[in-house]
Amino acid sequence: METKKPPRQRDTRDRREEGIVSPVEGFNERGRKAAGDKALHDAIQLFTHKSVAGRNAVLNALPEAPELRERAYGIKQRTMANLDRYLEQMADAVEDRGGNVFFADDGEDVVRYIGELARRRGAKVITKSKSMATEEIELNHRLEEDYADLDLEIVETDLGEWIAQLAGDTPSHIVGPILHMNLERVTKILSGAAGENLPPNVQALAAFARKRLRQKFLTADVGITGANFGVAETGTIVTVTNEGNGRLVTSVPPVHVVVMGIEKLIPRFEDLSVFTRLLARSGTGQELTVYTNFVTGPRAEGELDGAEEFHLILMDNGRSKLLGTPFEEALYCIRCGACLNVCPVYRQTGGHAYGSTYSGPIGAVITPLLKGTDEAKDLPHASSLCGACWEACPVGIPLHDLLLKLRNHQVEEGLAGKGQKAAFKVFENTMKSPALYNISRKAGRLAQKPLLKDGSVKPVPGPTSGWTGSRDLPPLAKKSFRELWKEGI
Amino acid sequence: MRVALFVPCYVDLITPEVGVSVVRLLRKLGVEVIYPEGQTCCGQPAFNSGFFDEARSVARHFLDVFEGERFDYVVCPSGSCATMVSHYYPFLLEERPAERERAEAMGGRVRELSDFLVNVVGANAGDLGARYEGRAVFHTGCHGRRELGLLEEPRELLEGVEGLELVEWPNEELCCGFGGTFSVKMPDVSTAMADEKIKALEGSGADTLISGDSSCLMHLAGRLRRTGHDTRVLHLAQVLDPENGGGK
Repeated sequence: METKKPPRQRDTRDRREEGIVSPVEGFNERGRKAAGDKALHDAIQLFTHKSVAGRNAVLNALPEAPELRERAYGIKQRTMANLDRYLEQMADAVEDRGGNVFFADDGEDVVRYIGELARRRGAKVITKSKSMATEEIELNHRLEEDYADLDLEIVETDLGEWIAQLAGDTPSHIVGPILHMNLERVTKILSGAAGENLPPNVQALAAFARKRLRQKFLTADVGITGANFGVAETGTIVTVTNEGNGRLVTSVPPVHVVVMGIEKLIPRFEDLSVFTRLLARSGTGQELTVYTNFVTGPRAEGELDGAEEFHLILMDNGRSKLLGTPFEEALYCIRCGACLNVCPVYRQTGGHAYGSTYSGPIGAVITPLLKGTDEAKDLPHASSLCGACWEACPVGIPLHDLLLKLRNHQVEEGLAGKGQKAAFKVFENTMKSPALYNISRKAGRLAQKPLLKDGSVKPVPGPTSGWTGSRDLPPLAKKSFRELWKEGI
Repeated sequence: MRVALFVPCYVDLITPEVGVSVVRLLRKLGVEVIYPEGQTCCGQPAFNSGFFDEARSVARHFLDVFEGERFDYVVCPSGSCATMVSHYYPFLLEERPAERERAEAMGGRVRELSDFLVNVVGANAGDLGARYEGRAVFHTGCHGRRELGLLEEPRELLEGVEGLELVEWPNEELCCGFGGTFSVKMPDVSTAMADEKIKALEGSGADTLISGDSSCLMHLAGRLRRTGHDTRVLHLAQVLDPENGGGK
C-alpha cells in the first residue's frame, strides 16, 4: 500500500526570533521579486534618474536653496509646536469665508462625512485630483463599499492616478503614481476604457484621456482634492498640479471637498514662497509646477468661479500622536518624492515592495508611525541608512535617523525578537571585554577552518547564510591586527 | 604629533593588512602612532539594529579605553566607524549630559584617515612615494560622504599616486548596499544594490576598486568574487602605502 507523505508544513515562524542575521520577512521578499523584474527595474531607473538629474540642475541654479531648506525646517518646527492654535486659526478663517470645517480623527470619519454629503447632494459623479491623504485612507474604495446605495462614480482625474484606478492598481510613487507601468501596459488599460484599440503613442492616449475626463469634469456633482499646503492666516488651500485637472475639480462642480492632513498647515502666506520654491524643484525638477491653485472658501458674491459649497476636512489619522515625540519631524514632509528618487533601495524595489500607500524612505518612516509600530515591522529595516534621503529632503528631515529611532523603538517595545536580543547581549558583553573579544576571535578561527575553500568561507546553512547566499565571505585573518602590532610593525 | 589608532573590528579581524598600511603611512609622515590595545568595536552593529542600550555600553568601553591614552588625534581608516564616534555617540548619549560631553570631546578628535592626511598633516601621495599600476574607481562610503563631507580628500590623495589612473563611474553617490546588518536582514535587496554598483564599475573599464571603508569593500568584493570578477579591491591606505606593493 502506498503511503502518502504528509505535505510539508509551511514555515510561518517569525524568523526574526532566530538571531541577528536572519532575513526580515516581507520587504526583502517583495523587493527580491521587484529587483528581478527587468521591465520594472528599467522603468524605475528611467524615472528616478530623470527626476534626480532635473532636481540637481534646478537646485544647483538656486543659490538660496540651502537657506530655504533651513527656513522650511524652522517653519514646520514652529507650526508643529503650535499646531492646535494654527488649526483653530485655519478653521476660523475658512468658516469666516462661508466654508465648512470638519475635524476627522481617522479615515472612517472622512468617509462618513463625504458619504453623507454626497447623499444630501444627491451626488452621482465625484471627480478627484491627486491626493495621497485620500489614498492613505482608501477613500474611493470605502465610499463605494460603505455607500453602495448611492451608486457613486468616483473618477481620479490625474492621468496617472486615473490609469491606476482603471487597472485596479495602487500608486507606486508619491509623484509618479504609475512609473511602474510601461507604454504597452498603459495602452492596453486605456484601450480597455475606450472599448477600442488605441495606438501606443502618448499623444493619442492623452487625447483620449482628455476627451473622456472632460465629460466627467462637466458632469461632476462633487470635486475632491487634497492640499499641498493650508495657509492658516487666510484659510487658503494650495494645490499644485501639472495637468490642470486640479482646477477643473475645484471650480466646476458645485461642491468642493478638501481632505487635508493636519500637518500640511503653514502659518502665513509669506511662508508659502519658501515651500513653493522647494517643492517642484525637489520633486519633478521644475522651477514651479504648471498650475499652483489657491482656493479660499466657496464662491463669494461677485466672484466668477469656485464651488457653491466648500468643505475642509482636517484629518488626523495618527498624526497628532507624533507631536512632541522624537518622531515629530516625520510630520514636516511636503510629499515631494525626492527621497524616493535618490534612495538606492527604492531604486531597486520600486514602491509596491513597501506594501503601503507611502513608499521609499518617508514611507518606511511614516507607515509604522501612522498605523502603529507593531504594523509594517519590516519597513524600518528597509534601508541601508545611507542618508541620501536626508540629503535630498527639501525640509531637512533626518529620515535615516528616524529609521534608527524606529528600530530602537521596536527593541524597546519587545518587537525585535528574543533571538536578536540575546545575540546583541552577547555582542555587548564581547565588545566590552578585550579578553572575551580575543577568545571569540580565536574560537572563530577554529570554527571556520573546516569551511575554508578558495580563500572564502563556504556557504553553509546557519548564521552566515544571509551573507553567503549571494556573496563570498572573507575568512578571519591568520593574525589579527592586534597580534601583528604586538609582534612589531 | 601623536595619534591613537582606532582600528575597526573587521579590519582587525579580517583585513589587518589595512591597519598595517595605516601605521606605515603615519610613521613615514613622522607621526607617532599608539594603538590602545583595549579597543574592540565601536558598537555600530548594535546601534544600527536599534539596540541602543547595548551600543551605549560598547561606546562607554571605547571612551574608557581611549580616554586612558595621551594623543592629539584618533585616526581611523573608516568613515563609517569614525562617524559612529563623532556623530552617533553624542546622539546615543544625548540625554546623559556628562557622558554626552565626553562623547563630544572624543568625537572632536576623531579623524578619518584621508581627512587626517590631507587636512591635518597636509600630506600628498608624492610625500608617501605611492605607486600603483592600474585604472581605478573610488567608492566614497556613505558616512564619509554625508556625515563627514569627505569628497575631495581621498581623490586628492589618489590623483597624486604615480601610475594610477582614477576614472569616474556613473551614480558614484549610490550606496553599495552593505548597511551593516541590512546586508543580512535584506540580503536580496542588498545584493541587488551591489549589482548596480558592479554594473557601473564594469562600464567604467576600471580594473581596481578603492574605498576608504573596508566594510563597503568587503561587501562589493564578496559580490564581485561570487559573480566571477577579478577586479582588484583595495583600501585607500593600501594604495598609498608603497611597501604594500599596491596591495596583495
